[in-house]
Amino acid sequence: MDTTISVFTNMLRDASDWVTWISEAPFARAVVFGVNIGGHLFVEGLLLVVILFLLSQKSYKPPKRPLTKKEIDELCDEWVPEPLIPTITDEMKSEPPVLESAAGPHTTVNGKEVVNFTSANYLGLLGNEKLLETCTSALEKYGVGSCGPRGFYGTIDVHLDCEARIAKFLGTPDSILYSYGLSTMFSAIPAFCKKGDVIVADEGVHWGIQNGLQLSRSTIIYFKHNDMESLRNTLEKVTQENKRAKKLRRYIVVEAVYQNSGQIAPLDEIIKLKEKYRFRVLLDESNSLGVLGSSGKGLTEYYNVPVDKIDIITAAMGHALATEGGFCTGSTRVIEHQRLSSSGYVFSASLPPYLASAAIKAFDILEENPDLITKLRENINILLKGLQDIQGLEIVSDPLSPIVFLRLKKSTGSSKSDLKLLEDIADRVLKEYSVFIVTSKRSTLDKCNLPVGLRLFVSAGHSESDLEKASESLKRVAASLFDRSELAEGTVYHR
Amino acid sequence: MITIPYLTALTTYFSYGLLFAFGQFRDFFRKIFDWWHASNLQGYAPICLGLEDFYIRRLYLRIQDCFGRPICSPPDAWFDVVERVSNDNNKTLKRTTKVSRCLNLGSYNYLGFAASDEYCTPRVIESLKKYSASTCSPRVDGGTTSIHMELEECVANFVGKPAAIVTGMGYVTNSAILPVLIGKGGLIISDSLNHNSIVNGARGSGATIRVFQHNTPSHLEKVLREHIAEGQPRTHRPWKKIIVIVEGIYSMEGELCQLPEIVTICKKYKAYVYLDEAHSIGAVGKTGRGVCELLGVDTADVDIMMGTFTKSFGSCGGYIAGSKELIEYLKYTCPAHLYATSISPPAAQQIISAIQVILGEDGSSRGAQKLARIRENSNFFRSELQKMGFEVLGDNDSPVMPIMLYNPAKIPAFSRECLRQNVAVVTVAFPATPLLLARARICISAAHSREDLNKALEVISRVGDLIGIKYFPAEPQKQQLEENRVKLE
Repeated sequence: MDTTISVFTNMLRDASDWVTWISEAPFARAVVFGVNIGGHLFVEGLLLVVILFLLSQKSYKPPKRPLTKKEIDELCDEWVPEPLIPTITDEMKSEPPVLESAAGPHTTVNGKEVVNFTSANYLGLLGNEKLLETCTSALEKYGVGSCGPRGFYGTIDVHLDCEARIAKFLGTPDSILYSYGLSTMFSAIPAFCKKGDVIVADEGVHWGIQNGLQLSRSTIIYFKHNDMESLRNTLEKVTQENKRAKKLRRYIVVEAVYQNSGQIAPLDEIIKLKEKYRFRVLLDESNSLGVLGSSGKGLTEYYNVPVDKIDIITAAMGHALATEGGFCTGSTRVIEHQRLSSSGYVFSASLPPYLASAAIKAFDILEENPDLITKLRENINILLKGLQDIQGLEIVSDPLSPIVFLRLKKSTGSSKSDLKLLEDIADRVLKEYSVFIVTSKRSTLDKCNLPVGLRLFVSAGHSESDLEKASESLKRVAASLFDRSELAEGTVYHR
Repeated sequence: MITIPYLTALTTYFSYGLLFAFGQFRDFFRKIFDWWHASNLQGYAPICLGLEDFYIRRLYLRIQDCFGRPICSPPDAWFDVVERVSNDNNKTLKRTTKVSRCLNLGSYNYLGFAASDEYCTPRVIESLKKYSASTCSPRVDGGTTSIHMELEECVANFVGKPAAIVTGMGYVTNSAILPVLIGKGGLIISDSLNHNSIVNGARGSGATIRVFQHNTPSHLEKVLREHIAEGQPRTHRPWKKIIVIVEGIYSMEGELCQLPEIVTICKKYKAYVYLDEAHSIGAVGKTGRGVCELLGVDTADVDIMMGTFTKSFGSCGGYIAGSKELIEYLKYTCPAHLYATSISPPAAQQIISAIQVILGEDGSSRGAQKLARIRENSNFFRSELQKMGFEVLGDNDSPVMPIMLYNPAKIPAFSRECLRQNVAVVTVAFPATPLLLARARICISAAHSREDLNKALEVISRVGDLIGIKYFPAEPQKQQLEENRVKLE
């Protein structure tokens, strides 16, 4: 013990001797430019030199040994890719029925006339004589395609007329045409939302919107389907949590009539929340244009909300207007911005001119015949009344929605088997009763988790007997199926 | 590769610098002015922001009249351009009733099917009467009519693949189908100049994206080797699959894809080939079957063949052609098939009829003539432009030929001056091209006659002299050479 202490004190003494020696060395007392270099200054200088020396040295890195050519060759040989697509199972092979005539309220499948409830031809304009005439003359004048994007001589005068017509009909300052309904939302959203922006979206939005949200790379928060309480909480949370929220662009994305459930967004409450939390609203009116409101202007008219409260409105024209393409409407600034920043507008050939003239005509017809909307509403009511006491299924869509959405009262366990069951119903209704209805099929890319169901697209072109036939046949098939399955369950249970 | 003369690069940078400085200067005063008026945003962040907005307001709007010129006739060889006027320094443009008849060098009307056609149009109108303009339903529900089935079979036969799926828009074809084919853990190797729809599709898929130098097979091989050896980033697991995406004709460069080399490399490294034939299908090849036919590539070696109908066929929509299983899978789960309104029946009929004309199934030789014509026209026009000393990009046989402009001021100068002399050309600038490489793009059609092309050459040459875009010395004409020789003797 003593020895260690003495060794230690010796070391200390030696070290202090060194320090005194250095500080007392003749050069340590030198005077440079009138400054007396004290011993400590000298020691510090020495330290600084050592630090600089160490800093200038490269840090240690293990030597890199890149793969040799032979190793890479071996790796490349060894690599086995997955097949391009998974193995095809039987369920993937199902082919949809092929129509042999126009997809109007009555159409032909396999040589048999059927009542068509699959076409979102809400106002029954499909096959309208006036529309066909307009299309024919446009085809004769302009040909079919426009052979170029809007920027490069793909702008035909009917496009501009159509944009003006849409704006006039909806009472907005300006609008912009897209060449396909699906591309409208997924181009318009990324034009205004970039990385860092906040989007609060309904969890039930359709794939076109989901894709737009994904491409925008913004922060996306979903709220519960059509649940205003959930929306309020989400908005509150976003505003509270994010101190920078005030500086970011914030959006609420909703559909007027949800394609995935047939429910209607309560716009009055959304507007209240939007104004409270200062969010902008993007509204997709694809299934409400020409349907809701006394003159068919959509959800804003239905709720009596001034249209300029909604910042961006989009809609596909492949529904009530019985043509194709889509549009976005809003303030001049919003529209002009898209003309150079919206990928689906800039980089795609423009809408075939005959479809644009058809859209103009469709708006004219709609304005002249507001009774089409009342007829549609009556038809929806007739169908809903007819389906009231259906077995095993329940109606989840809004009483005003032109998409009547039925889902299983009791899920079979997985959405896959649910869909199978519903498809059986649809098949039987088509085969046995010649009524054409469809299930809500989902792509594997679709993130929507709402329950699947049967969808009936009601049209003003359906007659009362069509609607009764649909509800009767659906009820009968449901009755035979669910009675039997309940019976079967019972027998299993008793055994 | 495009090489820019130093002086040109310098003047181009200087011009953009000047435009930028002036823009910022004006924005500065605008801000003071607006501050005076108090902002009306009321707690919202501005909806348009950043450099993108600045570019639109301060650069694009100045030359807005060169883009989006409305026409009021079909985009045939000659068309009527509607004149526009502006009362507020080009901020807004108003249509007038005046039109000028111009030679069309801008539309993708490669085979001249844009205008009404003696064979196609009556059939299109017939199908309109039978099937109406739309089905109002996606393909998988009630949107499949017999015309759609016929179209898919017809396209598969034409392209040379067992099956095909058709969508109503070319852009959606790429952007909705790529995410179905590949996802997380996959690798997409894309040409650096691929179209925006491919870029969006690739982004939407969630796969890792790598880029190889434009049309350079050797670099593709390097990238492939590197990434197969490395595996996925961080985890270093092997890739699930690799898809190499190339285009048949690059629309902004006019170049043909080096497909044979690329296909060989992909085969060697077991990567799948995705070929986008948006501009090449119908336009090149002996029977119009695209780059595969032109360059002698077996279509069986290309796994996924994509193309559009907006160009050569004068319609709308796009297709994917591939193995039977691939198409079955796409039909089962592709969002464009499940959610989007099916292609308009008259547009589908136009495609079928156009293919029939191309293949001579209409009982005439018009299709073969059209194909010979576009090839002759393109090669003639390209060689003449090169002789004049223009810097023309692209390969022989390609109907797309960009003429380099470089300086930003030359974009409107070229476009407006040509239009004044009744030739309508397309000019392209940032963001569609890199900042320095602004260009004019000429698309040749089979509908152009030799006189049309001569007139166009005359005008372009005159305008080229005026604004100084003949970056190469002109090749002395043969006649002149001979004259010189006579004199010498």
